Amino acid sequence: MDAGDPMLPPLFADWFASRGWTPRAHQLELVQRGLAGRSTLLIAPTGAGKTLAGFLPSLIELAPLADQGPRRPHRLHTLYISPLKALTTDVARNLEAPVREMKLDLRLEARTGDTPPHRRQRQRAYPPDILLTTPEQVCLLIASEHARVFFADLKAVVIDEIHALAPTKRGDLLALALARLARWAPQHRRVGLSATVADEADLARWLVGSTPPPSEGRGPGGGETLSEAKLAVMRTRQTSRIAPPPSPSPRGEGVIVRAPPGAQPIVDVLDSDARIPWAGHTARHVIPDVYEAIKRVKLALVFVNTRAQSELVFQELWRVNDDALPIALHHGSLDVQQRRKVEAAMARGDLRAVVCTSTLDLGIDWGDVDLVIQVGAPKGCARLVQRIGRANHRLDEPSRALLAPSNRFEVLECRAAQDAVAEGALDGAAPRVGALDCLAQHIMGCACGEPFDADELYAEVISAAPYADLPRAQFDRAVDLVATGGYALRSYDRYRRIVQDPHTGRWRARNASVAQQHRMNVGAIIEADMLNVRLAHRAAARATAAKADAPRPLVPGRRLGQIEEWFIEGLTPGDTFIFAGQILRFVGLREDDVLTVPAPGAQEPSIPSYAGGKFPLSTFLAERVRQMLHDPKRQKTLPPQVREWIKFQKKRSVVPAPEQMLIETFPRGPKNYLVCYPFEGRLAHQTLGMLITRRLERIGKHPLGFLASEYAMAVWGLEPMGDVDFARLFDEDMMGDDLEAWLAESALMKRTFRNCAVIAGMIERRAPGEAKKTGRQVTFSADLIYDVLKQYEPDHLLVQAAFADAGEGYLDLKRLGALLKRVKDRIVHKDLPHVSPFGAPVMLELGRVPIQGQAEDAILEDAAALIAEAMS
Amino acid sequence: MAIVGQGVELRLGDVLATALPEAALWIGEAKMLIVSDLHLEKGSAFALRGQMLPPYDTHAALVKLDALMRRLEPDIVVSLGDSFHDRGGPARMDGRDRALLTDMIGRCDWVWVEGNHDGRASETLGGAARETLHAGALVLRHLPREGAAPGEIAGHLHPCARVAGRGSSVRRRCFATDGARLVMPAFGAFTGGLNICDDVFAPLFPEGALALVLGTQRVLPVSHERLLAD
Repeated sequence: MDAGDPMLPPLFADWFASRGWTPRAHQLELVQRGLAGRSTLLIAPTGAGKTLAGFLPSLIELAPLADQGPRRPHRLHTLYISPLKALTTDVARNLEAPVREMKLDLRLEARTGDTPPHRRQRQRAYPPDILLTTPEQVCLLIASEHARVFFADLKAVVIDEIHALAPTKRGDLLALALARLARWAPQHRRVGLSATVADEADLARWLVGSTPPPSEGRGPGGGETLSEAKLAVMRTRQTSRIAPPPSPSPRGEGVIVRAPPGAQPIVDVLDSDARIPWAGHTARHVIPDVYEAIKRVKLALVFVNTRAQSELVFQELWRVNDDALPIALHHGSLDVQQRRKVEAAMARGDLRAVVCTSTLDLGIDWGDVDLVIQVGAPKGCARLVQRIGRANHRLDEPSRALLAPSNRFEVLECRAAQDAVAEGALDGAAPRVGALDCLAQHIMGCACGEPFDADELYAEVISAAPYADLPRAQFDRAVDLVATGGYALRSYDRYRRIVQDPHTGRWRARNASVAQQHRMNVGAIIEADMLNVRLAHRAAARATAAKADAPRPLVPGRRLGQIEEWFIEGLTPGDTFIFAGQILRFVGLREDDVLTVPAPGAQEPSIPSYAGGKFPLSTFLAERVRQMLHDPKRQKTLPPQVREWIKFQKKRSVVPAPEQMLIETFPRGPKNYLVCYPFEGRLAHQTLGMLITRRLERIGKHPLGFLASEYAMAVWGLEPMGDVDFARLFDEDMMGDDLEAWLAESALMKRTFRNCAVIAGMIERRAPGEAKKTGRQVTFSADLIYDVLKQYEPDHLLVQAAFADAGEGYLDLKRLGALLKRVKDRIVHKDLPHVSPFGAPVMLELGRVPIQGQAEDAILEDAAALIAEAMS
Repeated sequence: MAIVGQGVELRLGDVLATALPEAALWIGEAKMLIVSDLHLEKGSAFALRGQMLPPYDTHAALVKLDALMRRLEPDIVVSLGDSFHDRGGPARMDGRDRALLTDMIGRCDWVWVEGNHDGRASETLGGAARETLHAGALVLRHLPREGAAPGEIAGHLHPCARVAGRGSSVRRRCFATDGARLVMPAFGAFTGGLNICDDVFAPLFPEGALALVLGTQRVLPVSHERLLAD
């Protein structure tokens, strides 16, 4: 198809020509499908003109209306949704260019949390043709009166970065909101814009929903029901590849369009001559090589996995920056102004490198990046591919990436990732099961918008993919949760938040005040409580009290950024930590301000890190690492130091086969250790550690602590552990009672519960501007609420929701279960005289990280010990 | 001061008192059990406004107090104010909880020392009502007074202590005392707390307060140097 294709009206064909562009095949494909009212999931690499492809059909449909002059009624035609506020405003800006150049008489407006109330009100009264917004705003619009009228003429929904939204709670809420829109605007089509993902069919199912809502009958897709048949293969032409014929999961497949993948990226693993450390994540040894790589390119993005690591790498780079290259730092805790400055400098081409975290994974392109450097292991392949995509946005030239492992295990992981990228293999998670707290929020939102019928709403809810398997009984419990709190004790029946009309049976919000309460609490983003990090200085002399010789008090000064409250809570004055590129000494807290002073001369912060890696090693990469360890052919390609390390492991202990799990026991100093190597990621190992220590305690081994890394888990105590029945110890039944018992007393469950309670509307989130102190008290009482609920109604829906969250996110229960199944009868035990080469890195981690599994009371007992001693 | 069993024994004025991990104070020589800030019916107070907190807080607090009474067999039980979360509290209490509370009141000399939230609980539930209760050298009142004579036991402030260590921190309810006076922790199931380092406590404890922190099993004394602000 060329620019003269009848699919593209002359106005648009001319515009492409005036730009010197040729429309790409997948763009034309989307126009054709869009004008036919068909939903599409577009899989395309960055730089493929994805966003324009999503909007073209809308612009073409709107163009003739433009001729009717300024008095034509404005109705919402296209709703664009992106996960990032910044992306929303940026896309709005970019879209203005074609609209202006083709002189289309359109109104397109952005609506985010930053949009002033008067403009939001006007948008509701006079909807623009195209509204660009975030999932939270869509939820808010649904919960507003006359929402049905607002959305009645909707023709298209465009969802950007859909792969990032779908697997989250925000995605749950959005899927439910889309189901609602399908009822109000059954004629609308949906366009999902996605990066390459492992399971496209799942994402397509998420986009279109599974079954149409029954009563007003027609699903998104334009005048047709999205039946299996309709969704079946849609053939394409030319360079744009389209989905293969329906596989075992045909639904959704027929909506997928794939843009050509672009040139194969070139990924190198840094083969440093420097000694590769056994353990740790500082990556100091690679800094000179990374610096050399930066020198050779125009602009490099240096991705790391944690904010703490970004601080460290940034500092180390400047230590060797003899050419004074402009190297900047970008992460989520830095002051927004500071981040905007860095972004602007990137866009101007003023920078040579930016050290960054996942804050630059998604969203806007800030400059001509020609090299992506990943310091530390990539953890997952999909994320790595996404990051690599940040380099070089010309499709025909390969993106370049350099992986710099920070220790020996990470060398293996980087190699595994490199192979996977070369094969085009990706890791993907199983599709989400929709969260119950999000469902409760949605139900309340619906009741605030227009009265709902429970049967209809249930049918609608299960048409959203994450809730497809929701039993009716759970739905009814969620409605009851919204109405009365959902307690077995029916004492709140008189305080309902939503009430049922006696005649129609429809549910609505009880009054305007509960509806308003709901609107203040919409969304699934629970921000960690943040405190301002400020440089403190001495108060001016005259401001202080009479005593001239007394040191003047420290007062808060310049703000450096924000930091999670929980991190600061673990500090005592005098501790040093690294933040905003320097080592700071913690002086004290004042309201929301963390007072700090620079700690010159300090080489190492006393508190090593303020955030663990967010993402554990993916199952997919872990499996490849296990394979690699056992494959002599692959090992030949590894750096000599790593080869030797594996060789020594073979000699001293054993290198397990991929399906086996190695356990080593050995004495060291006065203690005895048990180290196992499941390679299943830190979270699953942490949970395993909690459960194994409980079991060891029960059989009289008195474990003292444990440590979990991405690759291994170590337990230690005074007793030798070589004589343990390991098959029994690692039996799958630990996922039952032991898990239950441990969770009951876990602080983690309280945190998870609080988030669920906020999302479900049981606890209000902090109103903007409210003092932090109140926030802390809310946290505290959320714990109390959990304690009481757990005791009196352990099966409450929100306890279930919290358990599901913990299992999914923090505990990685699914993975632990799979691990225990996998290693059943495949445990290899070695009782050794001393630590093995594989065990050494784990031992080295010991001194660096806080030990998990300590009871909270132990902290109190430490503090109380002195007094008790003095008193006895 | 001494650690006795799970509690901490201290002298207030001239009277020996034991701080218990259940957030209660036991005066052995008078067989008197003191609790403060029960905030009964806090859950339903929130439910009235549309926040459906679990309706079990009243029951949880009463069951805990009932168990203490069965163990210690007090002659006198003092509820040191803010016994109900709001004035409507007693009327919202369900039948089961009302019966339990009435039974508890009937088993001893029950005294409501009245606080700023109280709605004359004595009138509907029985027991005596006092603004201040004098018991030997002890003075029991809801609001602590600046410069009070030794022996004052008060509530109202819901003291909490935060202690850091091992890369983490713990925040728990506590008794606050300087050996002369004492501020009780809140007893209610949903009552949050005010950090003992807050300015409010400074005039009451000019020399700094010792925190008798409620651990899971026992009371742990922590000196004010180890206490952290929020």
